[in-house]
Amino acid sequence: MAQFILRRMLGVVPLILLISFAVFIMMHLLPGDPVVAMLGETGSMGAEEIQQFREQLGLDKPLILQYTSYLQGLLRLDFGMSIQLRLPVRALIGQRLSSTLQLAFAGLALAVVLGVVLGAVSALNHNTWIDSIAVTIALLGVSIPSYWLGLMLISVFSVTLAWVPIAAVDGWQGLVLPAATLGFAAAAPVARFTRSGMLEVMSQDFVRTARSKGLAQSRVTLRHVLRNALIPVVTIAGIRFGSILAGTVIIESVFVRPGLGLLLLESIRTKDFLVVQGIILIVSVAFVLGNLLVEIIYTWLDPRIQYG
Amino acid sequence: MDSQVVARVKRALIRPASLVSLLFLLTVVSVSIFAPAIAPYDPIRIDLLSAEQPPSLQHLFGTDDVGRDVFSRVVWGGRISLTMGLVAAGIATVLGLVLGTVSGYYEGSTGYLILRAMDFLLAFPGILLALAIVAILGASLANVMIAIGIGATPAFVRLVHGVVLSIKQNDYIEAAKAFGASDTHIFLKYILPNILPFVIVIFTIQVASAIFYGSSLSFIGLGAQPPSPEWGAMVSRGRYSLRNALWMSAFPGATIALVCIAINLLGDALRDALDPRSS
Repeated sequence: MAQFILRRMLGVVPLILLISFAVFIMMHLLPGDPVVAMLGETGSMGAEEIQQFREQLGLDKPLILQYTSYLQGLLRLDFGMSIQLRLPVRALIGQRLSSTLQLAFAGLALAVVLGVVLGAVSALNHNTWIDSIAVTIALLGVSIPSYWLGLMLISVFSVTLAWVPIAAVDGWQGLVLPAATLGFAAAAPVARFTRSGMLEVMSQDFVRTARSKGLAQSRVTLRHVLRNALIPVVTIAGIRFGSILAGTVIIESVFVRPGLGLLLLESIRTKDFLVVQGIILIVSVAFVLGNLLVEIIYTWLDPRIQYG
Repeated sequence: MDSQVVARVKRALIRPASLVSLLFLLTVVSVSIFAPAIAPYDPIRIDLLSAEQPPSLQHLFGTDDVGRDVFSRVVWGGRISLTMGLVAAGIATVLGLVLGTVSGYYEGSTGYLILRAMDFLLAFPGILLALAIVAILGASLANVMIAIGIGATPAFVRLVHGVVLSIKQNDYIEAAKAFGASDTHIFLKYILPNILPFVIVIFTIQVASAIFYGSSLSFIGLGAQPPSPEWGAMVSRGRYSLRNALWMSAFPGATIALVCIAINLLGDALRDALDPRSS
């Protein structure tokens, strides 16, 4: 097992290197001179300052040297300096990271709870109207744009009923609506996997055996069906975590939550490219590592999988 | 496509949910095409004297903060959003078909490289790849279509690759090769007709997802720019008038949701019809 984990961990190193290279090359793909593209908005800089900035970025060196020094920086968690805010990118990201992680984990938790309940109710009432309603709710989850759902929730619960504050505040009250919006959208695939997983498990022999032994229905459902059906759900929840993390960009914009997503949008708008690179790199690497973690958990949960 | 598949598709399409979706989508498409005749007002003309009026017979969906008729804007916006969905899904389809066929048909290093490149693109979760591409190309509707098209390509490539691999095993392909048929001929005559049903299903679902993500990018200000009546951009403008003019964001957002529901229902029905396991 330990060997398996080690091998998988080594396996993601090339992928992470590739991601870092793609993120590095982003700046060179900007149309025209990257420095002019980045400084274009500020406009006030003289030729000397532009030259200084070019040297600071190392843009006068060959590409391969630029990349290796970029990588060396990354190993020290040095993502460079923000041009607009004149602060290290690491500090900017550090300030915003916890807010985004809070939102993402709360969204994931809601998605899993809602998805598993919907999927289980759906499977236990297969081909009845209850099943149809649960499937419809899941369909709404993938079809309703999250930014619109967020606004409508604000309109009902903040503007009309005044139950929760509108804009971002610390503590759980400020987290309720954003997490609900994020979780609702991500619940649909979890529900679909739970439903099909449970339907599959329910048709298997050991479930029939458990029933014929005279076990109570609730015990069969919880101990035998749900437990086995949840294994693939772990995978889908893990895979969804990446898109949930990316989805926080939209949600933070709707609820004006000062997280990484909002910082990313501001930086794209002001062409503060080192910040854009830093955030994209961190989120993608987190996604890759998250998937690795899921794979390890999955292997541990399901003894049928060989450590190949 | 064999006659069994055609029959299954027909049966899937006459289910009530599919019929309603199809009718709704046809209505949206016709309304968008005939927007100049249907929209009662100019979608971008500002009329401050009639700002933030609630829905009424004069203004079915009310007016926005600068007095533009929301209904007229939703009608014209259909052109933008539908075009965006079709173009982005089209880009993904063409790229997916070419790369998927090449990687499936010619295994070996080319196929391997294509698949690894797709795996790599999939390492950027959700909307992040599109955001990165828009960050490079700049904020505009055209760039959003390119970004979403590229973002949707890996899933397409993987599907086409899998189907081509399984079709390739058939004896009739071997026979055609033995008779000296060219690769192009084999592709057009034997492979394309077989993967077409799958391509249609994915294309349908991709249109919904392109409208969905494209409008999200417009909502955060990276897609269609004002005063363009794109649905996501309209919702974005309405966010500042939730208290006084909820209709500004409610109607365009509901339109996106309904269009996506209808396309997803159709896509699901088609998938059930084309997936032999579900029959």
